[in-house]
Amino acid sequence: MNRRPGALVYGLLAAFVLGSAFPLYWSFVIGSVTKERAIHSPPPLFPGGHFLDNARRVFDQIDFWSALANSVIISGVSAVSVVFFSTLAGYSFAKLRFRGSTVGMGFVIATMAVPTQLALMPLLKEFSNLGLAGTRTAVVLPWLVTAFGVFFMRQYLVDAIPDELIEAARVDGCSQIRTFWTVAVPAARPAMAILALFTFMHTWTDFMWPLLILQGSDVQTLQTALDQLKIAPAGGISDIALLQAGTLLATIPLLLLFIATGRQLVAGIMQGAVKG
Amino acid sequence: MTTIEATRTGDAGKQTGTPPPRLTRRQRLSRWDFHFSPYLYVVPFFLVFLLIGVYPMVYSGYLSFFSWPRFGPTHGEGVGWANYVHVLQDPVFHKAFWNTIGIFVLSSGPQVVIATVIAAMLDTHLRGRTWWRMSVLLPFVVAPAATALIFGSLFADKTGLVNEIIQGLGLPKVGWHTDRFASWTAIASMVNYRWTGYNTLIILAALQAVPRQLYEAASIDGASRVRQFFHVTLPSISPTMVFVIITSTIGGLQIFTEPRLFDTNLQFQGGADYQYQTLTMYVFNTANSATDPYPRAAAATWIIVLIIVVIALLNFGVTRLVQRRSER
Repeated sequence: MNRRPGALVYGLLAAFVLGSAFPLYWSFVIGSVTKERAIHSPPPLFPGGHFLDNARRVFDQIDFWSALANSVIISGVSAVSVVFFSTLAGYSFAKLRFRGSTVGMGFVIATMAVPTQLALMPLLKEFSNLGLAGTRTAVVLPWLVTAFGVFFMRQYLVDAIPDELIEAARVDGCSQIRTFWTVAVPAARPAMAILALFTFMHTWTDFMWPLLILQGSDVQTLQTALDQLKIAPAGGISDIALLQAGTLLATIPLLLLFIATGRQLVAGIMQGAVKG
Repeated sequence: MTTIEATRTGDAGKQTGTPPPRLTRRQRLSRWDFHFSPYLYVVPFFLVFLLIGVYPMVYSGYLSFFSWPRFGPTHGEGVGWANYVHVLQDPVFHKAFWNTIGIFVLSSGPQVVIATVIAAMLDTHLRGRTWWRMSVLLPFVVAPAATALIFGSLFADKTGLVNEIIQGLGLPKVGWHTDRFASWTAIASMVNYRWTGYNTLIILAALQAVPRQLYEAASIDGASRVRQFFHVTLPSISPTMVFVIITSTIGGLQIFTEPRLFDTNLQFQGGADYQYQTLTMYVFNTANSATDPYPRAAAATWIIVLIIVVIALLNFGVTRLVQRRSER
C-alpha cells in the first residue's frame, strides 16, 4: 500500500525478526559451552569458548563430511530434476492446448492435497523390495518432480509468455521442444531459479523419508546424522552442548546459501507476483 | 525461417493435382509433435506420482485387510475390517488424533494470522525492504530436525530457558514434556517458527498484485484502513489464502519430525503417556510393533487420509464462505 510506515511497524517487524534469529543464537550459546554448563541452571545467555571442542566431538561421533556430501548430492540432483520436469509440465499445462489438460492440471493440484507422506511405509517396503534401501537414489526418487513445482511453473508461465510468441515460433516451423527451449525456458528463468532454491532447501531439510530409507546404512544426510548424534551418548543423558554444536554445523551450509541467494530469492518472488 | 517456408511450398507444389494434398513426412511429424508432445511433457510427473503416491496407497489399502504372521515376510490370511476396528478402538489412536488436532489448531491458526499481518506491514514503503523480506524468511533455512533440537533445549523441563524466564516472573515451571497442552504449545511453536515467514512471503506476493487503484478508490469512498483490509485486500488475495490454508492443513495433520525429536526418552512414542504422539507417529510405531504391524499401520494410514480429506474440505468450505461474505 502506498504509505509510509510509522515507528510501530518498524518496531513490530524488528521484534519479529529478533524472535526469528534468537533460536539460532541460542543454539550457538549452548553449542559453545561445556556439556556440564549446558544443563546447569540458570542457563548461559552468552556464548562460551568451547564451540570448537564441541565441534570436534561432533566430527568424532558422526561422519559429518560424507553426510554433507550426501545432502549436497541429493538436494542438487532433485533441484535440477524438479526444475526441468516441472518447467516442461508447467509449460505444457499453461500454454499448450491438449485434450484433458484442464482435468490433468486439476489432478496435479489435487495430488497436493493427498498426504503422500503417509504412503511412506508401503513406499519403504516397495523400495526395499527393489533393493534401493540405504541408497541416495532411493532418497531422491520421490523428489524428481513435484506437484508444487508443476503448479508453480504453470502459474508463472501462464502470464509470462504471450501466446503470440508461441504461435510465431510454430509458424516459423519450430518443433514443440524447440519452442520450449527458445521461448519458454528464457521466460521462465526467474521462476526456475526460485523453484531450484526452494526444492534444494526442501530436500535438504527433509527428515522423515531419509530417516526411514537410510536406516542402518552408512549413507546419511545431515538431518539424519543429527538424529544419530542424539542417540550416540551411551549414558542416556543427552549431551546438549554436542547436539547444539552439531545442529548449528548442519544449519550453516543452508544459512550461507540463503545469505548468498536470499536477495534474488525474495526479489524473484516479488517480480513473479507483480507479473502474475 | 525462409528456407523452411521455401521447402514447404516446394513440397506442396509437388502434390498439386491430388485434391486433398497429402502431407509430407515432415509435416506429419510436425503434426504428431504438435499433438503428442504436450502429453509427453506432463508424463514424468504422473509417473513419479504413480510410483510414490498411487501404488503405495493402493498397496496399503489392500494390505489393511490382512493379518501379518509374527516375523513373517508377507501377509497372512484376510481378516476383513478387523484392523480398522482395532485402530479405531485403540485408546492410543484416540490420543494421537486429539494431539494432532490440538497441535494443528495451535499452529496453523496463529501462523496464518501472523503471516497476514506481517505481510501487510511489509507491503508498505519500508526502508530496506529487501532486508526485511529476507529476514522474515530466515527460519525457513533451519531444518525441522534442527528446529526441534533447538526448541527442545529451549523448552527443557528442568533447565530450559523458557522455564527459567517463567520462574523469574514468579510463576511455576511448566512441564513442557509432561503436560499435554504444554507439549502441544511447544511443538506448535516450532511449526510456527519455521513456516510463518514462508507464508508471509507467499501472502505478500499476493498483496503486491492487488491493483493499487482499488485502495485509492476505497480511500476516496472514505473506507478506513481496517475496512480496506477486510473489504479490498482479503477478497483480492483469497485464492492465495485458500492455498496457504489448505497446504498448512495437510502439512499440519502429518506432523512427525517435531514431536518425534521433541521426545527425549528415545522411545519415540511421544511422551511417557503419549501426550504428544501424533497420527503419523502412530502409523510408524504401529508398523514397528509386534502384532500385525503393516496391516494395522496401513489401516491407520487410510483412516488418517480420510480425516485429512474431511478436514481439508471443511476448511475449504469455511474459507469459501468467509470469502463470499467479505465480497458482499
